[in-house]
Amino acid sequence: MKLTVNGTRHDVDVEPEMPLLWVLRDELGITGPKYGCGIAQCGACTVHVDGQPVRSCQLPVGDLDGEVTTIEALGTPDALHAVQAAWIDHQVAQCGYCQSGQIMTAAAFLEVNATPTDAEIDQALSANLCRCGTYPRIRAAVKSAAARLNEA
Amino acid sequence: MGRIRTIARRSFLIGSAALLGGVAFGAVMYRRPHKNPLPEQLVAGEAAITPYVLITPDGITLIAPRADKGQGAYSVQAALIAEELDVRLDQVTVDPGLPAPVYYNTALASDLLPIRSTNTNYLADLARRVADAPVKFLGIQITGGSTTVPDGYDKLRHAGAVARETLKAAAARKTGLDTAQLTTKDAHVVLPDGTTLSYTSLAATAAGIEPADAPALRDPSEWRYLGKPMQRLDMVAKSTGAQEYGIDVQLPDLLHAAVRLNPRRGVVISHDATQAETMRGVRSILPITGGLGVIADNTWRAMQAAQAITVEWGPAPYPAGMDAHWQALSDSFTKEQIDSQYRDDGDAAVAERPITAEYRAPYLAHAPLEPINATALVTDTRIDIWTGTQIPRFIQSNISALTGIDTDNIHVHVQMIGGSFGHRLEDQVVRHAVELAMSMKGTPVKLTYSREEDFAQDFTRQIAMARMAGSVTSGNVETCDLGIAMPSIIASQMGRQGFPAAGPDTQIVAGAWDQPFDIPNYRVTGYRAPDLAPISSWRSVGASTNGFFHDCALDELIHAAGADPLAERIRLCNHAPSRKVLEAVGEMSDWGSDMGETRGRGVGFCLSFGVPCAVVVEVTNSAQGIRLDKVFAAADVGRIIDPVNFEAQVSGGVIFGMGHAINCEITYADSAAQQTNYHQYEAMRLYQCPEVTVRGLENGDRIRGIGEPGVPPAAPALANAIFAATGQRIREMPFNKHIRFV
Ligand code: FES
Ligand code: FES
Repeated sequence: MKLTVNGTRHDVDVEPEMPLLWVLRDELGITGPKYGCGIAQCGACTVHVDGQPVRSCQLPVGDLDGEVTTIEALGTPDALHAVQAAWIDHQVAQCGYCQSGQIMTAAAFLEVNATPTDAEIDQALSANLCRCGTYPRIRAAVKSAAARLNEA
Repeated sequence: MGRIRTIARRSFLIGSAALLGGVAFGAVMYRRPHKNPLPEQLVAGEAAITPYVLITPDGITLIAPRADKGQGAYSVQAALIAEELDVRLDQVTVDPGLPAPVYYNTALASDLLPIRSTNTNYLADLARRVADAPVKFLGIQITGGSTTVPDGYDKLRHAGAVARETLKAAAARKTGLDTAQLTTKDAHVVLPDGTTLSYTSLAATAAGIEPADAPALRDPSEWRYLGKPMQRLDMVAKSTGAQEYGIDVQLPDLLHAAVRLNPRRGVVISHDATQAETMRGVRSILPITGGLGVIADNTWRAMQAAQAITVEWGPAPYPAGMDAHWQALSDSFTKEQIDSQYRDDGDAAVAERPITAEYRAPYLAHAPLEPINATALVTDTRIDIWTGTQIPRFIQSNISALTGIDTDNIHVHVQMIGGSFGHRLEDQVVRHAVELAMSMKGTPVKLTYSREEDFAQDFTRQIAMARMAGSVTSGNVETCDLGIAMPSIIASQMGRQGFPAAGPDTQIVAGAWDQPFDIPNYRVTGYRAPDLAPISSWRSVGASTNGFFHDCALDELIHAAGADPLAERIRLCNHAPSRKVLEAVGEMSDWGSDMGETRGRGVGFCLSFGVPCAVVVEVTNSAQGIRLDKVFAAADVGRIIDPVNFEAQVSGGVIFGMGHAINCEITYADSAAQQTNYHQYEAMRLYQCPEVTVRGLENGDRIRGIGEPGVPPAAPALANAIFAATGQRIREMPFNKHIRFV
């Protein structure tokens, strides 16, 4: 089975039912997307498929239709995405385990809504669980990222 | 005091944590310092000046032996060393090191003793030191109890200072100059003429000289890093997907594993894995403690196969349904089951105690977002374990007992932890990983619990119940008699580590008996319920339930007295730092200002882990239910090391406390936990999260940790706010059983 992840073509020998998450993590060694619940409740596994945020634990790889981007290719320490830069400025992470998913969700959201209201931010990110309770900083970071993107 | 001495002599009881049953050693013996483990790991040209600083020609490594579960422990430990060593954090690598007795935790034992943390007299201090002795003796390297900062505050700064002075001595030897002429800056020794010698270039010389004597630590006024906002070391990695956790460990030829465990924690009576064995990628299926393990070439395949096994499970060692659990607590309020009565002021048994209430708090899962996992590589002579853990030394001895391999040949590589809240104080997953890896010698096996197994197998927060009887006179609280019943957390938790527990468990009353109030008739009695479902430490431990019981009981009495909730708490308070956090939240929230018809404001307070923390919550009683608007929290840790991280810990603790209070519980039916994943255990989500404002105070007499103290006052503050807005008292968690939330 062929798939494109972060711009690279891969050929993997897996059953089509295997969720994309486990193809990424165990077959390709791409561990930025995290396993948290496996049932679309936490958002830790969020990746982009052609720019759309997708819960990779719920997507059978056989149904994948598009190019996958994971947190590793959103930006890098030397070339941060605006959302990542805002996350670092606001020191959002505690354990950090949810943050790949939070950032991927926020980045996709700001693509479609560049000037979100507080209520829209709450709605867009409420499906991403953070057990450490970093929510106030997530809100603040999304707002700064929006401002930053709008300047650019 | 006499009691504490007797206990310590008899069996090293700490609270009820019997660390070593029945053996007595002279205090002198445990003063023998543990040896520095680093020199054994060195090659020529490297210097390990203290157990915390390793310098090689290639770089400087600071050893941070307390695990990082997300609270920024690595950063804070590194900053404490760096402040005295004179290095910038971008010039060093931080490593958790390998487990060793020298990294014992001095701060842990003192909080298990029945001495009020506000009690600073000589005897209390002495007792704290006595309690440290067995912890040191056993070399218990534990992360927990908000102890990382108190434990490391002097020790790590001292390590940095010793290393700095030794490097200066090395530079003096090399240059022929006197150490007094030398200074240090940014990982270099600076000579009088301004030339610099890097620490790394001095490593070989430093290795040949005795570590310098301990110089005096710098005054906080001279600090360059501590006390100022810091950039946590892990932020970039955690924002770019580069941070590796235990679950991400990759090794050559790694196999993946999953488990199917008895949801009632009994044995396996019989099983049939015929179908599972034929599934794609499955290498083997074998019995492990309490269930079956599947080794496969991919985690998902292993989990699918584990699901496909049919099993007949043995019965549970605890009651089947919640009625029986609650009944056991309810039946425990008897004379025979009194565990402690550390607080008994005035005459709380006065005849007239017309105000009564009963409170309940349920079992709760830890459920950190990273499911529990461990990777093991077993050979005939050595075992390597990669896992996020708060108890690396217990793991060494438990795995040694399991495998017969000497603890020296069991290498625990502590990984970054994706949340713990106490979950990583248990090590069942490591046992399972090793049991599986033993069948595949030479091949590493990574075991990941599915989220469902993580919930089912959790050693949860205690279940607890409290009863209050009280009286008021002329606008004041007069009598507060609080009884609390729960099974012993310490007995359950330490029992799994093979330490028998005896004597009272201070956690049964922690966060209640030790509150800084003068109430004329004031009694707190701990009742020890029988062991029920297995329990463990959950963020803030006993105080997570008792803070709710005590503060809500006080709020009810204050209301009955017709007094103002904040003013009466302040009037009753006998501890200046506690009074100041109460005054602070009053000021922050503009307490007393008009809120209109549908809104309400409540205050909660708890002194836990030596830290007074007050919280004010504002809610609206809206048509859709209770909405959390704003939260104001103030806490006093004596000295704040990093204000940015302090704010994160208090705010996170308060959100954690409120989220679980609103909608979480673990209930047992047929002895199995009914909640299997986050859809039945939501805690707080972003849309429910209020605005949180935090203030840190520094009036306390000694430095304290802040990972836990934000939790206990959060639930009572919310319950008291809901009462203010609706007139409805909620005396049972989760609150959503009684009232609707937005
Ligand atoms: S792991 Fe996919 S949503 Fe939780
Ligand atoms: S930072 Fe720990 S789960 Fe979000």
